[in-house]
Amino acid sequence: MKQFATLFMNLDRTNKTNAKVELLKNYFLEAPDPDKLWALTLFTGRRPSFKVNRTQVKEWAAEEAGIPMWLFQESYHSVGDLGETISLVLPRATSGGSDKSLTEWFHYLGMLPGMNDEEKRWHIIQAWQQLSQHETFVFNKLLMGSFRIGVSQTLVVRALAEATDTDANVIAHRVMGQWDPGDTTFEQLILDKGENDNASRPYPFFLAYPIEGDVAGLGDAADWFVEWKWDGIRSQIIYRNKELFIWTRGEELSTEKFPELHFLSGVLPDGTVLDGEIVTYANGKPMPFNVLQTRIGRKNLSKKVLEEAPVAFLAYDMLEANGVDLRGLTQEQRRAQLEALHLNTSDQLIFNLSPLIGFNEWDELRTLHSLSREYNAEGFMIKRKSGTYQVGRKKGDWWKWKIDPLSVDAVLIYAQKGSGRRAELFTDYTFAVWGEDGKLVPFAKAYSGLTDAEIGQVDYFIKRNVLEKFGPVRTVKPELVFEIGFEGINESSRHKSGIAVRFPRILRWRKDKKAEEADSLASLKEILNNYK
Amino acid sequence: MPKQPLLQFTGKSIYCTVADAHIDPWIPVERAIITHAHSDHARWGSRHYLAHKDSEPILRLRLGPDISLQTVEYGEKFTINGVTFSLHPAGHIIGSAQVRVEHKGEVWVASGDYKLEDDHFAKPFEPVKCNVFITESTFGLPIYKWQPQQEIFSEIDNWWAQNRAEGKASVLMGYSLGKMQRILRNIALQDNVIYAHGAIYTLNERLRQAGFDLPELTLVTRETDRKLFRGALVLAPPSVDGSTWIKKFAPYSLGYCSGWMALRGAKNRRAVDQGFVLSDHVDWPDLNRAVRESDAEKVYVTHGYTSIFSRWLNENGIEAGEVNTMYGNEDEGEEEETVQDLAAGQDAYQEHKHILDEDNGNANETDNGL
Repeated sequence: MKQFATLFMNLDRTNKTNAKVELLKNYFLEAPDPDKLWALTLFTGRRPSFKVNRTQVKEWAAEEAGIPMWLFQESYHSVGDLGETISLVLPRATSGGSDKSLTEWFHYLGMLPGMNDEEKRWHIIQAWQQLSQHETFVFNKLLMGSFRIGVSQTLVVRALAEATDTDANVIAHRVMGQWDPGDTTFEQLILDKGENDNASRPYPFFLAYPIEGDVAGLGDAADWFVEWKWDGIRSQIIYRNKELFIWTRGEELSTEKFPELHFLSGVLPDGTVLDGEIVTYANGKPMPFNVLQTRIGRKNLSKKVLEEAPVAFLAYDMLEANGVDLRGLTQEQRRAQLEALHLNTSDQLIFNLSPLIGFNEWDELRTLHSLSREYNAEGFMIKRKSGTYQVGRKKGDWWKWKIDPLSVDAVLIYAQKGSGRRAELFTDYTFAVWGEDGKLVPFAKAYSGLTDAEIGQVDYFIKRNVLEKFGPVRTVKPELVFEIGFEGINESSRHKSGIAVRFPRILRWRKDKKAEEADSLASLKEILNNYK
Repeated sequence: MPKQPLLQFTGKSIYCTVADAHIDPWIPVERAIITHAHSDHARWGSRHYLAHKDSEPILRLRLGPDISLQTVEYGEKFTINGVTFSLHPAGHIIGSAQVRVEHKGEVWVASGDYKLEDDHFAKPFEPVKCNVFITESTFGLPIYKWQPQQEIFSEIDNWWAQNRAEGKASVLMGYSLGKMQRILRNIALQDNVIYAHGAIYTLNERLRQAGFDLPELTLVTRETDRKLFRGALVLAPPSVDGSTWIKKFAPYSLGYCSGWMALRGAKNRRAVDQGFVLSDHVDWPDLNRAVRESDAEKVYVTHGYTSIFSRWLNENGIEAGEVNTMYGNEDEGEEEETVQDLAAGQDAYQEHKHILDEDNGNANETDNGL
């Protein structure tokens, strides 16, 4: 555990990509194989669950620390991270930490699900007593399945590739999909040079960069495909060994969530992998994202949901045919194979193609681009005809050309401290617009969009202009105005304003505006009407 | 007539009506008793100051050489209008004091900023029994528990040694007044040349002239040969982070000494290579100990986690209330980041002049020897 906790702390401390890769690489070179596999499990976002109740864990920690629950909660608000809070309030261990390995700790945690509450409490407290503060922190993250670290999968893959002297694309593919550290080994997963038998394994997604400058800068229009950028769920559909798998970009196996697409197992030839977007679809066109949202996260898909929010798959790429990896072919060649496949399917609406947009000059696209919202798209995807299918976010062959977001000027009225890197700073803001009665009506929360320097200035203002405190929330003198951008807008009975916006974010600080000059609820409703 | 409290929180200072004296006023007043020389406690513009004698070199440096300043020893009693005052060690920085105020058998202590651990430079904190204790709460949450300072100094020694081995400079940031002297007195300096930013160099020279036992530092100037920084220790105030000044030390490792470094979020936000958890304020266990050892029946909690710590005390049978002051400003960092120059002081003065004028109109004209 010492080794892993040290790795975690060191990774946490540096912002430099190369330093992170170096740390990871050294860990993959030095740690025992079973530990490597567990570390990889965590670094690829797989978080084993040990069936513990966070509320209980908090209570046990407060008890051990000899403080009342409210004081624990206040501490938590200040730290912004539960596992870290617990590690800080507990009495400091007198021993120098634990000699158990990461793997041994996972086995220790693995005993929890079979225990009753009292046994669990004792088991967890025992662990806390022997771990140092940093180790306790990491242990808590494992315990509560909340392990996250600022290391992208790409970096982990790079480090692993360097440590094992293997091609990074091969490693990227091997760590994807379904595997369980309980029934594989580091050897089998990473080092196995032969055919892997993991039928469900998706390919790493190729991701686009936002276009830089004007679209005309991409050169000859004839070299490019243009498609709508759909506002749905990026997914890979895999059919291998007579089994269908649907993976979403968050690397979640979501086959069961989309029963409408299950017919594909009778349609696709064995050894097929498609890349595309799952959207809600009716009357021959996609519906707004908020319709799709009504079924995301639902455990049970009722008949009603399936009727009101039916999905379709808009395919735009083909990564595997007859079990052969096509990613080395050009976009044009892959598209041709995809179209041929589609031509032979029965239900061409539910398994649909994302159409190519015909154009000769870039200028022809501009008007259509501005109408993206009417097509329920977020803009265009631009793909180089001669490009291969790459791994991760790469510049050059795939570009996204998004529409400008919707926006209003709003007043900052509530603030709350952030978490992690921004604990102690007020970074979570609630914004309001003017209602008809001349009162400010909150309509959106936004976190991102300011520079660190601006966050510092806003934080300074907030700390000196607090009107009221409600737990961690501060009511702030309504003075600062920000332009808030959002991707979508809908009516909502759950919000005071009667409006729900999607992906709100701060576009800029309007230092030139006074609070009275901010927009009104009426202007939001106007946007809503135009948007419908 | 209901009895007035001995000390009152007037919104501009901790004020003793009977003596007409202000403790750590944040606007200019007639008579100011200063707990210590940090800029959020010792502010510009008052007519007469009183402080511990070890604060004198810094106060004159920061507030002007010609201020009217009377100094006293720890424990030395002085009387104003029948109120007995004395200063007692607070262990926060050099010259820092708790102000004990006694009148008609009632004792109040305003403790300013303080810590209990002996830092081998400031005179260590001494508990003072009182009826009413006024305490800070900068780190008044149970998440703050300092390691013994020796462990932190070893961390600094090791960090420096490793950087030296890699041919890097060790740029160590911390508050110029307090933290830096504490570091210089406790880490292994051997016979190395220690480089310092002007803010730290000036303070260090001033304290050395005044007879304090501190090593000589070398001022970093534009002309200093950059090769000399390889493997060297460079002391700097936190404000240099992200400035062009710091670039000349490349390659370097950046360290930061502060109590806030106890939190991962704060550490990452600062984007330093190494955070050292070292504070001149009390941590949670010592804060509770100080309150206990004061024997106070009533506690007022000033800057920091005021509402939380006072609720905690109330639940534990000690009557406590929270007080809003201008001390501390939520971030330890700001206590010294405030601009020190006279121009800023003048602005503050203009802003508060009318209040001061009103004050003077009502003030007792006799000077009781402050």
